[in-house]
Amino acid sequence: MNTTLCISSIRPGSPFVALIEKISGQNLLACYQCGKCSAGCPMAPHMDVLPNQIIRLAQLGMKEKLLTTRSIWVCVSCMTCNSRCPKDIRIAEVFEALREMVLRDGSRDDRLDVRELSPEARGALPPIAMISAMRKLTS
Amino acid sequence: MKLIYYPGCTLKNQARNFDVSTVSSMAELDVEVEELARWNCCGTVHALASDDVMHRMAPVTNLIRVKEANASEFMTSCAMCYNTLKRANIDVKKRADALETINQFLYLEETKYAGDVDVLHLLEYLRDRVGFDKLAEKVKKPLTGLRVACYYGCLLVRPKEVAFDDAENPVVMENLISALGGTPVPFPQKTECCGAHHTVGNPEIVAERTDKIMGSAHEQAADLVVVSCPLCAFNLDFRQDDARRLNPDFHHLPVLYFTQLMALAFGCDDASLRFDLHHIDPLPALAARGLA
Ligand code: SF4
Ligand code: SF4
Repeated sequence: MNTTLCISSIRPGSPFVALIEKISGQNLLACYQCGKCSAGCPMAPHMDVLPNQIIRLAQLGMKEKLLTTRSIWVCVSCMTCNSRCPKDIRIAEVFEALREMVLRDGSRDDRLDVRELSPEARGALPPIAMISAMRKLTS
Repeated sequence: MKLIYYPGCTLKNQARNFDVSTVSSMAELDVEVEELARWNCCGTVHALASDDVMHRMAPVTNLIRVKEANASEFMTSCAMCYNTLKRANIDVKKRADALETINQFLYLEETKYAGDVDVLHLLEYLRDRVGFDKLAEKVKKPLTGLRVACYYGCLLVRPKEVAFDDAENPVVMENLISALGGTPVPFPQKTECCGAHHTVGNPEIVAERTDKIMGSAHEQAADLVVVSCPLCAFNLDFRQDDARRLNPDFHHLPVLYFTQLMALAFGCDDASLRFDLHHIDPLPALAARGLA
């Protein structure tokens, strides 16, 4: 039986891909999918799409899939992937670009509502925790 | 010559033990430290998006304050402030257009920023300016027998342009502990992330990290863990009860700032140590080594 595989989602140079590259400052096609970023990522157990897969989806311009992953909110910008990538790609910057795309779209789709925290939690958490969480998860 | 010191928000709140031990131990080293006048929050995280100029304003305002203090460099002991201030500084030095935009926005400031201030971390200052040999001469109460796991986390060694030690195997804190007479232990998890801001919305992620990191220190028979970041300190110390719920075999260990061990070894008083601010009390571990 012959199987015909039709790959149609490759849209290199699409405006979405160009925007990721612009905001992140990274050349996505430099990635050769070695997987080193995912191997060392401390948040990988909590991610639905691994860092190397995020880069692959970004190369392919798969916007809906990328912007709805849990992974983009799980990445903590620890820079482990950046410091180990043999191609000097700053993967954390790509994650930030994707978060920014969601947070900047005007619908205020925040991933943290400080009002939902108990007063005890708010009292105990140091400023460094609250401000960094708000910087990463709210617009 | 005075050394300008940027404490940052958390050192004036939950991490006052980090602030007072920094100032006291510097006094013992005969370094005159002066807190930066009118400092503001650094923003805690570097703006990774290249077009986000807004979040580079807060760090740059601090750099302007340093210039206004007639200094060309300053020191911070907080790893997160260090990383944010240093990255913003490197970034605006490289990008004249972004710096121009920032200076225009900050038009009410009398001083313009021109990329002419250097950001130093206290550990870097101790190693390169004071020198660990000289530091060792000031030790009055050596940390003999104290087994210390040195935790770096992310922000002292990543990314490479801000790192002042090896990204995968930094040793500056171990060398400091040795100079204080203590015993640094091997610590495979020393540069693994603690989960950072997830402590606010997803503390279970931090509990898993704390279990792994503190468990590794315990396996090495460490008496305690030292850190340089108040967010790491909060996560690794205050989330130990959550780690215990996750793993019944979890073993509690105290978490201290490296400056507290310096202050202890230099013979500073209790007011310079503030061990009352910890979740896991450091005194039993220190007493077991005859240090409290
Ligand atoms: S480490 Fe770099 S080259 Fe390897 S998969 Fe990740 S992004 Fe691609
Ligand atoms: S920066 Fe994000 S993706 Fe990279 S290793 Fe850290 S958590 Fe994982």
